Amino acid sequence: MTTFANRPLEEQIAQWRAYLRRRQAIHGADVEELEGHLRDQLVALTEAGLTGDEAFLVAVTRMGSLDALSREFARAHSERLWKQLVMAPDAEASANTSHTETLVVLGLAIAAALAVKVPALFGHPINPNDDLPLFYGRNASLFVFPVLTVYFMWKRGWNVVSGLWLALPFGAAVLLANVFSFPKGSNTAGLTVLHLPIALWLAVGFAYVRGRWFADGGRMNFVRFSGELAIYYVLIALGGFVVTLFTFMMFRAIDMNPDWFVAGWLIPCGAAGAVIIGSWLVEAKQSVIENMAPVLTRLFTPLFTVLLLVFLATMAWTGSPINVKREVLIGFDLLLAVVVGLVLYAASARDPQAPPHFFDGLQLLLVVSALVVDAVALAAIASRISEFGFTPNRVAALGENLILLVNLTWSAWLYARFLRRRGSFAALEQWQITYLPVYAVWAALVVVVFPPVFGYR
Amino acid sequence: MDLSKDLVAASATPLVLAILAEGDSYGYAISKRVTELSGGHLQWTDGMLYPVLHRLERQGLVAARWSEADSGRQRKYYRITKDGRAQLAAQRRQWQVVDDTLRGIWMKVSPA
Repeated sequence: MTTFANRPLEEQIAQWRAYLRRRQAIHGADVEELEGHLRDQLVALTEAGLTGDEAFLVAVTRMGSLDALSREFARAHSERLWKQLVMAPDAEASANTSHTETLVVLGLAIAAALAVKVPALFGHPINPNDDLPLFYGRNASLFVFPVLTVYFMWKRGWNVVSGLWLALPFGAAVLLANVFSFPKGSNTAGLTVLHLPIALWLAVGFAYVRGRWFADGGRMNFVRFSGELAIYYVLIALGGFVVTLFTFMMFRAIDMNPDWFVAGWLIPCGAAGAVIIGSWLVEAKQSVIENMAPVLTRLFTPLFTVLLLVFLATMAWTGSPINVKREVLIGFDLLLAVVVGLVLYAASARDPQAPPHFFDGLQLLLVVSALVVDAVALAAIASRISEFGFTPNRVAALGENLILLVNLTWSAWLYARFLRRRGSFAALEQWQITYLPVYAVWAALVVVVFPPVFGYR
Repeated sequence: MDLSKDLVAASATPLVLAILAEGDSYGYAISKRVTELSGGHLQWTDGMLYPVLHRLERQGLVAARWSEADSGRQRKYYRITKDGRAQLAAQRRQWQVVDDTLRGIWMKVSPA
């Protein structure tokens, strides 16, 4: 390699190369080629009698402006401006490990898919003509989350023994999901179906952050991961839906009924395997493509704010009270959950050091209007809750409303402080991630305590 | 004398192909050869040669390989392909037409 004895010159070349590397349209090999040209030019110029600095100036000027150059490269290689979704190992060194990872992930995805079929061997068959037995609902997360936990333990290089305690929550979950004898149509059984995954997701989170829950922004990364996984999962599910439609269409065309295959294998096994594959994609893509969850947050924060404000204005204008029906509390719970999600994902994508911005004001407006709407709804519900009586569903919904309300109230306070420059954004982010286990603990409470307290009804 | 951008761009492909038809070469040497052939009148911004080469490579008119230069650095060498030679011949005929036409009219108008 032509290296120059002149140290400053080498440094200037290194700097120039670093600038070049930042251009998306110019790849590593091109940088190499261009640098070779620059060095040849420098040799010729210094031999002609120029000093290092002069030669560098001339050579770089002749090379052309980086903007113009990267524009020309982009025109010659337009595909480079699109970040590639196909996983191409970018360096030879990582090719080997990524190959191993592909095998591990495929193995785990198949394991999760087959785990769904194991209960069928022990008297829990999936019959395409019946509803899915509640057994599968109660255990849904147990087919997949342990496998996902194993994946993260492997990926983070956790040794098996020190991570063995993570088997405890899953073991407990297996017991809780199956020892209680729920009668048919039991409310508390339905609550278990909904809450067990939320509680166990925390265990997955511990594996994700390698057991160091409080270190290095791991919790926020887990939040980001969860959001991206949800989006990937929806995308994979859409693809799976198309596959299902074609399966039906083609086999019915030859007078075969694929019901047993679609309902018994394709959908349940696919749904389980897709969680693993989706997680792997999120892991592999985290640095390659833009995160989608924050983009959606930006898009929907103004929309939800407008919706809530218009709703409040309409209610104030017409004076029509909230018509308290059975589902109304759950509906408002979901609304609060969406607002918390918007706050959480806005925080996940924000630079905590940046000064207050218009969007932060909008977030505060969103949170405050959600609080007002929820307060109105709660007032309406409270006056009639004794009429309805305390069923398990209603207590669970009320508890969730309370938890989300506390989160949002304090978030609004922190937002207000931040906007008036009395506090930092980091405080809000800290509050959000500190609050995360509360959801899981409440969910666990619902799973553990509700069935016996309410007599399994 | 500065050549117009369009003219430089239009002449780049035949020029690069013709230089490679003389023998395999690499970026820096190609740009040196261009300067030499044009007596210094045809000056490209050096970097712009590479997108042209890459486009030709993609079109299959030239082929590239990395190999070690005397300096010990890896260098990307370009070679003209069969398609490239055919393209060069076609371009040559086209330029010939342009040249003949212009020559015909130059005679009749007053000298520059």
